[in-house]
Parts: sequence; C-alpha cells; structure tokens
Amino acid sequence: MSVLATNYLTPTGREEAWRFTPLSRFAGLHDGTSVISSVESLIARDALPAGVTASRISRELVSSVSQSEDVIVQRVHAEAETMFHLQIAPSIELSEPIHLKRKQMQVGQAELSRVRITVGQGARAIVIVENDGEVILGEDIEIILEQNSYLKFVTLQEWSAHSVYAARHHAIIDRDATFESVTVTVGGSLVRILPTVEFKAPGSSAELLGVYFATAGQHFEHRIHVDHAVPKAKSRVNYKGALSGNEAHTVWIGDVLIRAAAEGTDTYELNRNLLLSDGARADSVPNLEIETGEIVGAGHASTTGRFDDEQLFYLMSRGVPMDEARRLVVRGFFAEIISHINDEAIQERLMVGIDGELAKVGE
Amino acid sequence: MSTLNIRGLEVSVITEKGHIEILRGVDLTISSGETHAIMGPNGSGKSTLAYSIAGHPKYTITGGSVTLDGANVLEMTVDERARAGLFLAMQYPVEVPGVSVSNFLRTAATAIRGEAPKLRTWVGEVKEAMTALNMDPAFSERNVNEGFSGGEKKRHEIMQLELLKPKIAILDETDSGLDVDALRIVSEGVVRAKEANNLGVLLITHYTRILRYIKPDFVHVFANGRIVEEGGPELADKLEEKGYAEYVGA
Ligand SMILES: Nc1ncnc2c1ncn2[C@@H]1O[C@H](COP(=O)(O)OP(=O)(O)OP(=O)(O)O)[C@@H](O)[C@H]1O
Ligand SMILES: [Mg+2]
Repeated sequence: MSVLATNYLTPTGREEAWRFTPLSRFAGLHDGTSVISSVESLIARDALPAGVTASRISRELVSSVSQSEDVIVQRVHAEAETMFHLQIAPSIELSEPIHLKRKQMQVGQAELSRVRITVGQGARAIVIVENDGEVILGEDIEIILEQNSYLKFVTLQEWSAHSVYAARHHAIIDRDATFESVTVTVGGSLVRILPTVEFKAPGSSAELLGVYFATAGQHFEHRIHVDHAVPKAKSRVNYKGALSGNEAHTVWIGDVLIRAAAEGTDTYELNRNLLLSDGARADSVPNLEIETGEIVGAGHASTTGRFDDEQLFYLMSRGVPMDEARRLVVRGFFAEIISHINDEAIQERLMVGIDGELAKVGE
Repeated sequence: MSTLNIRGLEVSVITEKGHIEILRGVDLTISSGETHAIMGPNGSGKSTLAYSIAGHPKYTITGGSVTLDGANVLEMTVDERARAGLFLAMQYPVEVPGVSVSNFLRTAATAIRGEAPKLRTWVGEVKEAMTALNMDPAFSERNVNEGFSGGEKKRHEIMQLELLKPKIAILDETDSGLDVDALRIVSEGVVRAKEANNLGVLLITHYTRILRYIKPDFVHVFANGRIVEEGGPELADKLEEKGYAEYVGA
C-alpha cells in the first residue's frame, strides 16, 4: 500500500481538459490523495487460446511506447507496480473473443492499472473487457496493432453506482492495420475515458464506436483524440448517448487533428445525444483541426435532442403503447452501435439494462 | 358492423404566430364495407383530417366530435385509437432507425391483437402479406421505412393494413408515387383487406386512376377545410375533367 506521490500538475478544474469534470467526486485519483491498494484487478476470464499469452511485467522492465499529458496516465506509468500484458502472436486468427474481467476490489481502495495489448503482425482478434464491481480505478490501456493486424476492442463500463473510473484507451496503429473499438459506459458515478488513436503508417484505420446512458447524478465523459500524423489513414467516430434524470451529465469531446504530413486523410466523427428528461445535460464538442488541404474527406456532426415525435406517433398509430414505442426507439437508437459487440448475451444484457433505465424515466 | 362518425370537426395548428384554423366543420360518416373517396386541392386540409382522426399531437381539436361505434375517439391516445380499430396509411411514412420491420410488425400485431401471435403461423402470415404485395422478404430485416423508396413505403403501409386488420382505414394518398404496376398491386391489397374484414375505407387521392381498382361508394370534395360537395363515383370523373375551380375562390 502506498500513497500517491504529489509531484504532478494536479488539475484545478480550470484547464480545458478538466473543465467539465467534477473533481470533488474524483476520490483523490487526480491529486494523489487516494489510498492505492496492491490488488491488480484485471484478469482473463477463461483459459487463453493457443498463441495468446497474458503476463504481468514489473515496472522496471516495461518499455515506453506512448506519452500522455493526462495526469492519471502519468501516475499509472510512474506508479503501477506491474503491467498486464496480453499478447496475440503474429498471424493468429481468433474466431472467439478473448474476455478480460475484474477481480473484486476492497471498497474504498484505489488501483492504478497499466495494461498493454499487442496484436502481432497479421493477427486478428476480438478483446472484450467486462468492467464491473465497485472501484476507484485509474487505468492506461495501450493497444499496439502491428502491421496488417485487426483488433476489435470492446470495453463495458458497467461499474456499480459509487465507482470512479479514469482511463486512457490508447491505440497505436501500424501500416494497413485496422482497429475497431466499442466503448459502452452505463455504470459508475464518474467515468472519464480518453479513447485516443495514434496512426504510425499509411493504410492504418480506426473506427471508434461508443454508447453511454447516464441517469441521475452520473457523470460520463469521453474525450476522443485522433491524431492523423501520417498520410492515408482513415478514422471514423460514432458515439451515441442517452441521458435522463437530475444532474445526469455527459461530455463528449471529439478532437481530430490532421497534421500537415497527413495527406490523403479520411475522417468523419459523429455524436448524437438523446435527452429523455429535464435536468440532464449533454455537452458535445466536435473539434476538427486541419493543417493540410490534401485530404480525402473530413467532417463532423453533433446533435442533441429529445424523442422524435413523428417516430413515436408512427409506432403508436400501429397500436404500440407509448412506453413500448419509446423503448423501441431507444433500443433502435443504440442498436446501431451495440450490434457491433460480438456477443449476443452481452447485447441482450445491455438492452435489458437500457429498458430498465428507461422504465425509470416516467413521463 | 362499425361506424366512424365525424361531426362538425374543427382543427387548428398552434404556431408561434398563433392558431391557424385548418378544418372548419367536417361532417362524415364511414361504415364497415363502405369506400369513401376524398378529393380536394393541395392544402385544403385532407391530411389534417386524417392525422386528427389518428391523434397526431401537432393538431389541436377546437370543436366537433369523432366517435367509433359510439366511443369518443378524441379522448383516446394514439395507440388506443389504433387498438380500437382505426388505421392510417400515411402520406409520408416515418423512418424509425434501428427498428427492424419484423420486430415492428410483431410488436404492432401483439399490441393490436392483445397477445403475441404464435411464432410459427406469424412468420407465414408476414411472408404471405409480403409476397402478395410483391415485396422482397429481405425487407423484414431492414429498418422501418429507412431508405425505402416512395413506392416501397406505400407497400409497407398496405402490408400493415392487411396484417393489423382494422375496422376503418384512412389511406392518405397511398397512390401517390406508385408506378402503374405498383398501383394495381397496392390497390389489390386494399380490396383484399376490404373483402377479408369488411373494412371501411376513407381514401384520400388526387387521381381517379386508383378509383378504378378501389371503387368508391361516395366521393366527397374537400376545399378550405370542409366537405363542399358529395356524390357518387361520377363526381370523381367530373373533378378530373373540370378541376376544383367552382369550389375554391369565392
Ligand atoms: N405548422 C403549420 N403552420 C402553418 N400552416 C400549417 C401548419 N401545418 C399545416 N399547415 C397548413 O394546413 C393546411 C392543410 O394542410 P394539409 O396537409 O392537411 O393539406 P392536404 O389537403 O393534405 O394537402 P396535399 O394535397 O398537398 O397533401 C396547409 O395549407 C398547410 O400549409
Ligand atoms: Mg396531404
């Protein structure tokens, strides 16, 4: 057990990156006052298939593959005793997803978790991380896609009500490699995720999908950052959220940077929010910075609105009661993203959870 | 035997600029087995009548009554009206992203019938309805009206009419946007529904062509928010020839 060192630039809340985050509810993760436990919660759910290994590497032996200005990531890098390393050997093609999950933590104790996933050249895999339980967790997940590889990376934030989760999910994508992520955030008190992408060579592509559903008092923040520093990379971002209840707050930031060298870039980002009640607030800030004109395409869209009356009317005019019509519309809204999770039991669990949240909304 | 009775119906839309009066006292009675055609110029209020009967929230009823077999339709919610036996085939059917046609149809049929249709017979029922309307079975897996062509949307409306078996159906320009073959196929669907369920039909149209397939018992001329003339099928031919000049203006 150790207490976090304090020689970091502790955010005050006035910084651009922190202006939306309720730091008072951060359980000390940002200022080093959390009590860090020695528990390392991330484990593989099942026996790993041939060609896949999971190991813990002690801090001194971990090579550095990325930097971050984020104080949580810096703390994780400096202080996590070990790194969980999932390695998928080159050329392996896995038909079944690899599931990672959490051991239960002691309530009130915090964890700094460092994770790396390496997908070898030409390999294809799906990794699903099922996050639940009560945590105070700072985490950095570095995902390395070697040339010509493919990874679908699904994370489910189904934390219990008092949890705090602050993380970076950072993909580093090499030539002709394809990264797809599905980020689902439906549980926790404060969840702040930085889904970030770094392209290493031409031909690389990333599709970042996400859904979130915040109810009374929950703060869910997703800060996407896609860095197009090389030519001919492609990125797609599509996050959809629903909010209901007093003080439900979601933040979606979509920073896409197309640097001068990134000719032939093709990017589009989209965020849609569905406000289901009064008292909820969705902040949505797409931000496209373009330093070269020689691109294939770059665009963004952001919408925040209530139920579409015409859709509800159409369904109800066929005899479907209001509640059920709303349920169909919300399920339909999320289905576009949730259908990308290659696990029907998880899809159904999420949909049933969404129905449950919706049932609480009332009129 | 069912009767939809519309008496003195007055309807407004409320905008920032205030009340805009659209229907100014509509009287109309439609019974099972009857076909009523409504013809009238653009903007005269035909869709407003259709939507008001179905309960669209945009329209405010300011006077009159609508009853179905004596029950007060205007007090019912939109879904209650449908379950009571009313159906509206819309002029512009709405896209519902993420909701598949098959899920939608089954949910609607469950609501209307009061119990979920038996899966085995239901699949056959849907397939039969689709085949009869010359629809590709692949439509089942598509999202409701999403990316459907104009004509495909209209077929989808009539397919619902056949599956949901209402007592009284309002067809708002179901013929618009249909090619000649589709017009025949869709009309045959309406005629089947009439014969199978003794359906009463209120058919809103601009053209006499559909009336050759779906023979009206009554033709009503609609202008300035009310019915201004009534007659038999011959009235439609007269309108096609002479237009609405004598009903509008002064
Ligand atoms: N929100 C609104 N603000 C102003 N006018 C409106 C509004 N909604 C409807 N109207 C008007 O109500 C009138 C009746 O419209 P409606 O759609 O019922 O006509 P219609 O007879 O169905 O016409 P069409 O033959 O073109 O389908 C139109 O003049 C229309 O512009
Ligand atoms: Mg109309």
